[in-house]
Amino acid sequence: MTAIIDYGTGNLRSVENALKRLGAEYTVTSDTGIICSADRVILPGVGEAATAMKALKGTGLDRIIPALRQPVLGICIGMQLMCSRSEEGDTPCLGIFRADVRHLASPAVAAGEQIRLKIPEMGWNSIFRPGGESSCRLLAGIEDGSYVYYVHSYAPDICEDTAAVTEYGRPFSAVLARGNFFGTQFHPEKSGGIGQRILQNFLEMTGTCRQYPEK
Amino acid sequence: MLAKRIIPCLDIKDGVTVKGVNFVGLRNVGDPVELAARYAGEGADELVCLDISATLEGRKTFASLVERIAEVIDIPFTVGGGISSAEDAGRLLLSGADKVSVNSAAVKRPELINEIASRYGSQFIVAAIDARQIDGRWTVTTHSGSRPTDRELFSWAREVVDRGAGEILFTSMDNDGTGKGYPCETFAALSDMLPVPVIASGGAGSIRDIADVLTTGKADAALAASIFHYGQISIPQLKTELSLLGIPVRLH
Repeated sequence: MTAIIDYGTGNLRSVENALKRLGAEYTVTSDTGIICSADRVILPGVGEAATAMKALKGTGLDRIIPALRQPVLGICIGMQLMCSRSEEGDTPCLGIFRADVRHLASPAVAAGEQIRLKIPEMGWNSIFRPGGESSCRLLAGIEDGSYVYYVHSYAPDICEDTAAVTEYGRPFSAVLARGNFFGTQFHPEKSGGIGQRILQNFLEMTGTCRQYPEK
Repeated sequence: MLAKRIIPCLDIKDGVTVKGVNFVGLRNVGDPVELAARYAGEGADELVCLDISATLEGRKTFASLVERIAEVIDIPFTVGGGISSAEDAGRLLLSGADKVSVNSAAVKRPELINEIASRYGSQFIVAAIDARQIDGRWTVTTHSGSRPTDRELFSWAREVVDRGAGEILFTSMDNDGTGKGYPCETFAALSDMLPVPVIASGGAGSIRDIADVLTTGKADAALAASIFHYGQISIPQLKTELSLLGIPVRLH
């Protein structure tokens, strides 16, 4: 059974619909007991970083999520919360992925930028694995250059956990992976057949994964 | 690279798709759920459904239809028609819409855009603008172009974006339904001026027209109804040809 974490910041309908289409068993919950005992956990993407982080802290999920040993997938803001910190509201995050989240038009990025970026990035953009092939299980069967659907104004930098990259103004982490933790900056639930395959890959992950090594 | 989006639009009245549909192999050509699934499967990048029901009963049917469509499609889903409050928008969000589009109601009461954007975010609201040229001035119109307002296209577009609209869907009522193409210069000026995506609508008669508005017209997306419904141009054919012209599109 897959637990979709409901941390009260928005609508989880599209993630639910996607899991339904895949015939997956799931539950939408904020119950820490159910989350801890689920086979897989999805931290969906809704809202804004500072508010979302506050909501996680309010329920103790900020301590529970990093300790989970089953496969965990963060989507959009969900993945950003799993990073070190976010520029949005200058928010310290869960610190699972070793990346900072920055605005797409962050001054450090936009310097020298010739074309004006439309923000948020809204639409379909392509993903590439850094250095070609990668063994990330979430991306099994996904070809480089595949298009996925984005709606976001912030994105994680490239880091050692980056499993796929997208470029919009600058290259950013499209997919992050570390041990049992995965994240997508795009919305797989809205990304057609490619997104369905990515979710399917996640749903096929079972059991206790190797947890990421302690620093 | 961000792809240019191709967006089919379904006009729905009392739960049934209006406008003839020329698809082979559909059991019921008027069934919006089946059509939506068909378009998504063919590579549509997004789907728009507009409720043109005039009755309360028709509106109720639409809400349950939105729910059923959201269950079957795996691409972004925008709904519009009859949204005049943040509560209306919220109900559609709960039914599974990813975005709502507002048109006449915002012209009548511009604060509607602030209300929806502040509650659900700018990414949730598309401002649809219909305009036509009257004495050389792009005049915003309502009621399918029949009623001119005192608003001017560019200042109104700027205002709705300032109020929180995340995208602009612009239809030239001079071109809509004519199949003679888009006013590309106006689209380019709009796109250059605005910090949000511009969706071009109304006027496409050929693949060339769509290619033009996505390049010369600098539009981020093209929305069309008739050319897809009547089978003049299929989505896979359109996207393949756009790609051959060097326009970035998502191919299957």
